[in-house]
Amino acid sequence: MIAQQIVNGLMLGGVYVMVAVAFTLAIGVLNFLNFSIPGIFMVAGMVSWAALKSGQHWLLAFGFALMASAVVGVAVYFLTYRPSSDSDPEVPLVSSLGFLVLLENLIVLWLGSDQQSYPAIIADFNFRAGSIIVGGAQFLSLALSLAFVIALSLSLRFTNLGRQVRAIAESRRTASILGVNVGSVVPRVFVLSALFTGAGGILFAISYLQVSSSMGESIGFKGISAMIIGGMGNIWGAVAGGLLIGLVEILSTQFLGADFVNIGVYGLLLALLIIKPEGLFGMAVAREKL
Amino acid sequence: MSGYLTGLIVLLALNTIAAYGVYLPMAAGQLNLGIAGFMAIGAYASAYLTNVCGWPALAAIAAGGGTAAILAFVVAMPILRTQGIYLSLATFALGQVICAILLNLEVVGGAAGYPVSTHIEASTVVAVTVVVVSLVYLMSTTRVPIYLAAVKNDPLVADLLGLNVKALGVAALTAGATIAGVGGALYAHYFNYVEAQYFGVMLSTYTVLYVLLGGTQSVLGPLVGAAIFTIVPEALRSSSQWRYAIFALFIILFMALRPQGLITRGLTRRRAQAAVQGGTTAS
Repeated sequence: MIAQQIVNGLMLGGVYVMVAVAFTLAIGVLNFLNFSIPGIFMVAGMVSWAALKSGQHWLLAFGFALMASAVVGVAVYFLTYRPSSDSDPEVPLVSSLGFLVLLENLIVLWLGSDQQSYPAIIADFNFRAGSIIVGGAQFLSLALSLAFVIALSLSLRFTNLGRQVRAIAESRRTASILGVNVGSVVPRVFVLSALFTGAGGILFAISYLQVSSSMGESIGFKGISAMIIGGMGNIWGAVAGGLLIGLVEILSTQFLGADFVNIGVYGLLLALLIIKPEGLFGMAVAREKL
Repeated sequence: MSGYLTGLIVLLALNTIAAYGVYLPMAAGQLNLGIAGFMAIGAYASAYLTNVCGWPALAAIAAGGGTAAILAFVVAMPILRTQGIYLSLATFALGQVICAILLNLEVVGGAAGYPVSTHIEASTVVAVTVVVVSLVYLMSTTRVPIYLAAVKNDPLVADLLGLNVKALGVAALTAGATIAGVGGALYAHYFNYVEAQYFGVMLSTYTVLYVLLGGTQSVLGPLVGAAIFTIVPEALRSSSQWRYAIFALFIILFMALRPQGLITRGLTRRRAQAAVQGGTTAS
């Protein structure tokens, strides 16, 4: 029974992992808490649903959804991040919250505010490991999110763009002096972060088979919590944080009741922030950020 | 006065109070994303006092503010160990925890909500709001805002200049929570019903938006921000489908074009003074 719940918790955590990594990418490189990420998560889910409903092939639908995510990411860069580079730190935060409100309302205007059921792309299958039942779609989406994170981590380490991103995360000024074109790398970080979020939204829709215009909010806030618990700017910390949040959520539902989920999750976040503000895996002085 | 206009004025009064609850901590550099939690504490505490203990409404409203203040004072020390974005997220988590606890507290109705038996008139709401705004305004004529600005701009230098940074931070957070608690208590007694779901993260977020839209440099900023946030969506009501989308777009463009907020020091103080401060506080 408890093993089953742990598996369920890890599956749920897989959803938070993608969002948490997208947040951690934005905060680690740009020091920008990008509140439009829950909106992008929702846009990807809803756009892919609309495309599937109008009879498109799923590959095309996912392509549209990722394209929409990237467009929003670029818009956030140009309207939120760039104009506020030398103002108070809360200004970009507020402006990106404006994006979250805007995206939700545009989607409501276009597709309505009802919860929609998402067509099953993968045939419904379960498999058993001993006495534990594992949902096929959920397992696939957890595996895919981990694969995406590994790919991101490797490309940050070994590609040219990855090296430039890490240099900016270390010190924007020094990176600029050493010839990194900050003005062209930063928009690509935005697109990358948006694509990651969009993929997370699609994976969520595939495995939980429902989308709505407000699906981003609670997942977005749990994604932020996961990022902090893992330590801001640390990709593998975000993964661990996401899985941990999923576990806490399922276990507090199991042992305390569904009403106690928020007490469990946000109580953990609050306690951790007070005891160890740098997160479980963050360095006190973050040097090796990504 | 028509019922619609009364409703609008009460909404404006409640939004203004909440905005000042966010403004005071923000003047000291704390972005409080959990203000709705303190409002919820004030609302529930005062409702319990009038319902169960039979207190008169005004005393209960003051006690609601007091309860929020006590809670804020207790949590301020551990929470203020964090800084910047961590502080915002700690207040955010605190707000979520408060809401979740109230949602599960059967003595105040739990998830079903909590009816409040005592009703206050719109005039009382407005009167209390005027008192709160006047108090904040009076405070702004003392040296306190300068201390807070010093803490916000550079805690280290403020400390070296002999300010008690920790005490000022605790005071700002507590004062903001008190105001928010009073606002929540007014809400409870005007609408005669409270439910914890109302005091969610979006309420905190919108309140922060009022303040930043109005501007944090001047004490009038939150008032102007709350007024715009209350009136503009009403004015756009004819195109109700689009009003929130238009409004969100307005926020984004506003922040891109005038990130310091609508009301700045240069508009409210003498030009010469503004010129001096412009050089020292531009960041």
